[in-house]
Amino acid sequence: MTYIKSKFAHPNLPKNKLGYTRKEYEGSLTTLCAGCGHDSIGAAIVEACWEMSIEPHKVAKLSGIGCSSKTPAYFLNNSHGFNSVHGRMPSVATGANLANKDLIYLGVSGDGDSASIGMGQFVHVIRRNLNMTYIVMNNGCYGLTKGQDSATADAGSKSKAGSVNMFEGIDLCGLAIELGATFVAQSFSGDKHQLVPLIQAAISHPGFALINVLSPCVTFNNNVGSTKSYDYVREHVEATGTLDYVPPMTEITTTYTDDETKMVEMHDGSWLRLHKLSQTWNPDDKISAINALQHSHVKNEILTGLLYMNNESKELHSLLNTTDVPLNKLNESVLCPGVEILEKINSEFR
Amino acid sequence: MSLNIKVNDFVVRFANVNGTGSASANHMFAKSIFRMGIPVTPKNIFPSNIQGLPTWYDVRISEKGYLGRKEGVDLMVCMNPQSMQKDIATVSAGGYFLYDSTKVLHSDYIRKDITYIGIPITDICNKEYSDPRQRQLFKNIIYVGALSTLLDIEFGVLEALVSEQFKGKEKLIAPNINALQLGVKYVQEHYSYPLNIRVERRDLLKDKILLNGNKAAGIGAVYGGATVASWYPITPSTSLVEGYEKYAEKYRVDKETGKKNFAIVQAEDELAALGMAIGANWNGARSFTATSGPGLSLMNEFLGLAYFSEIPVVLVDVQRSGPSTGMPTRTQQSDLLMAAYASHGDTKHVFLIPSTPAECFEMMADTFDLAEELQTPVMLLTDLDLGMNDHISEPLKWNPERQYKRGKVLTAEQLDKLDRFGRYLDSDNDGIPYRTIPGTHPSKGSFFTRGSSHDEYAVYSEDSPTYVRIMDRLLKKFETAKSLVPKPHLYQKENKNKSGLLFFGTTTQSAEEAMDLFKEQGIEFDAIQIKAFPFNETVAEFIEAHETVFVIEQNRDAQMRTLLVNELEVDPKKLKKVLNFDGTPITADFIMNQILTQLPKSYLKNKEAVAV
Repeated sequence: MTYIKSKFAHPNLPKNKLGYTRKEYEGSLTTLCAGCGHDSIGAAIVEACWEMSIEPHKVAKLSGIGCSSKTPAYFLNNSHGFNSVHGRMPSVATGANLANKDLIYLGVSGDGDSASIGMGQFVHVIRRNLNMTYIVMNNGCYGLTKGQDSATADAGSKSKAGSVNMFEGIDLCGLAIELGATFVAQSFSGDKHQLVPLIQAAISHPGFALINVLSPCVTFNNNVGSTKSYDYVREHVEATGTLDYVPPMTEITTTYTDDETKMVEMHDGSWLRLHKLSQTWNPDDKISAINALQHSHVKNEILTGLLYMNNESKELHSLLNTTDVPLNKLNESVLCPGVEILEKINSEFR
Repeated sequence: MSLNIKVNDFVVRFANVNGTGSASANHMFAKSIFRMGIPVTPKNIFPSNIQGLPTWYDVRISEKGYLGRKEGVDLMVCMNPQSMQKDIATVSAGGYFLYDSTKVLHSDYIRKDITYIGIPITDICNKEYSDPRQRQLFKNIIYVGALSTLLDIEFGVLEALVSEQFKGKEKLIAPNINALQLGVKYVQEHYSYPLNIRVERRDLLKDKILLNGNKAAGIGAVYGGATVASWYPITPSTSLVEGYEKYAEKYRVDKETGKKNFAIVQAEDELAALGMAIGANWNGARSFTATSGPGLSLMNEFLGLAYFSEIPVVLVDVQRSGPSTGMPTRTQQSDLLMAAYASHGDTKHVFLIPSTPAECFEMMADTFDLAEELQTPVMLLTDLDLGMNDHISEPLKWNPERQYKRGKVLTAEQLDKLDRFGRYLDSDNDGIPYRTIPGTHPSKGSFFTRGSSHDEYAVYSEDSPTYVRIMDRLLKKFETAKSLVPKPHLYQKENKNKSGLLFFGTTTQSAEEAMDLFKEQGIEFDAIQIKAFPFNETVAEFIEAHETVFVIEQNRDAQMRTLLVNELEVDPKKLKKVLNFDGTPITADFIMNQILTQLPKSYLKNKEAVAV
């Protein structure tokens, strides 16, 4: 294995609308274990951003601590990155977003980072409907400290060393829907066809978008008896439907007549083409989404795809009624009330 | 009873039950004296409670302009039966005790050396008002009216204050003035007035203002260009963010669109509060959080991140009595060591220490410049006494030419000219690297911010020499900070004495008064008021130039002294401790007594023994 990433690119590599090849969206060479699910998610992020022709420097990628949180170094090298402290990415993302509403905020976290040490911040960033995409790379264990169970490990799941997890696993998607998340999806790192459009839809969504991605840990949690292994996840995945992302300005030529397919227009002009597989589930109906999740738990299935979406919600900036100009672009002339007003203020205190 | 008449020099203490609306009536009393041009210092001594517990409000009136707290009560206004016995004992001999005489005082409560002024306030209220809430609220106004006659406060001043207070609710003006008059009338009919303690109009205050440090700092954040405030409610810092919000709502809302040029988020805890402020500053918006000791404890983790990854951020710590929950509504200067070295690993932080509301305003604005110039957390260390109590202060001043100092931030044009951007390169040899704001340039200037060890190009590195280089540069930056932070104030052009006093923050007023008291006794000290950490050269020189330096502070462990010893490597034996840590603001008398017991004999040789 080489430790130098090749800079060679075929001259005929396809280019997106900005004239960039996928190369411009890649990151440094990964240092994760060979076969780690997280690298597949990173590749899906590269693919999604390239396809959407997002300007890389208009993305801020933020993370906490852990294997998952290392990954922002392995994609989007031309984006600013912030590897913060354990479980605290949501607060840093909140502040960053308040400073500049015009960037795209991509948060990457893990199950330890979000469901344990960072549970408080995870919950509250959802409540505030911060406009960001929040990807949890969920492997049910603490990889970087060598395989301890995490809070998303299922009760009864067996670790590599043979011990059985006693505690109920936290369902981040169910929790997020309960908390009022406005976009909730679940996916599998091994299913790029499903994951890429979900990431694109999440980025287009004007509010908080959670994608909980099951991302097996090849080193510590890929054994028989684990419910987060590649084999187990592959065998138990059940999709709500299929989702295609249609970029803005694309002519919509096909009309769909069947009940199971519908086109959803996003605020940025893009479209989601959604094909349902279940009669009882509707992505804009919270109750049906929670029901579908609960049914999947009972049947030992892992429900993937879009689970819930509310496109009409107000994100944090509109809730706070902040100005249209990003706050970090304002200067003295707007921010400082000046000497005359200060004299007026002084007179209040005489 | 003494026949000495004390004009403009006495202490009034109000003893109330908290949650009865007394604080605003007591504030009106203090403000009326301020309006008569007389220096006045109100101090609210309140419980960590909303309703039902004893609360006191001290008002010191001092023609000489002393603004520190003073022991000894010349007039006690006691409206709380719970604390009455203790309150009676607190009155100085020859003093006065004003109480609600609706019920007869128990004979145990009678002292021969004080004068009792009974006013049947409950009776008066019950006759005058039928609404129970009015019966309660107007009690307070009635005693203020009574005091105006007893102390010779101009009634017109009170009338004006009432009209201002109820501007927009004009219906309430007449009943309040009526309540004031009820108090006046009772005193006129039953007592001779004014008392031997009284006020006389002066013109000692000129353009000075009366406000608390939290509000001043909140206004400072508006003027300093803060656009994001993230916070978690905690006494005594809460009113700082509320102050910011009040003035931002007034002066930072776009007139055409009605949209806000600021954002305030009440965070889920102090960790998130600082995390948000860091995120916003990382992204180029001036941002701050305000907290107190328990919050600062929680913020240690993020302070280490901001220090090591070099992100500007502003944090106000309005200190209260620790450790742990401590005495949440009592003052102290006991977070110095934690602020200086917050977080694990080797860290050093910059902080400023204001001593007046005007300094709170000015230094709050300065912290934003400093944080961005130094790319590091900068703290403003005030305390409960300064933050929550009104203080007479110089007016708030702003230089109309002032531009925000945004520090070393590269523009897209500057980035274009660079071969390779290195976020942590010490290009100017001052320890301060150049930063970029996300989104500035399509292909240059992006970097990876991290709390893990990194090289000059922000790339993860566990290489020991690289790590040492970065850590050493951070020290160099700390050296640079010494010349950027506010300089200490020296009270003398050249040192004349063997001993010096060193103090900071709210200790300043009482220390200055103690210096005057010593002078009256023929003892003179040189003195220095420290305004920032790290210490600059002047502090070291001052200590160097004196045999003994009394370090006056409001904590148990002499934290400032520890910092001085640690940072300046001075001989600890030179630094004598003067420590008040009971939660009440330090007094001049206390300082004097503590110093007298420690003054070297040689110093006192030719002086007469001083009894304080």
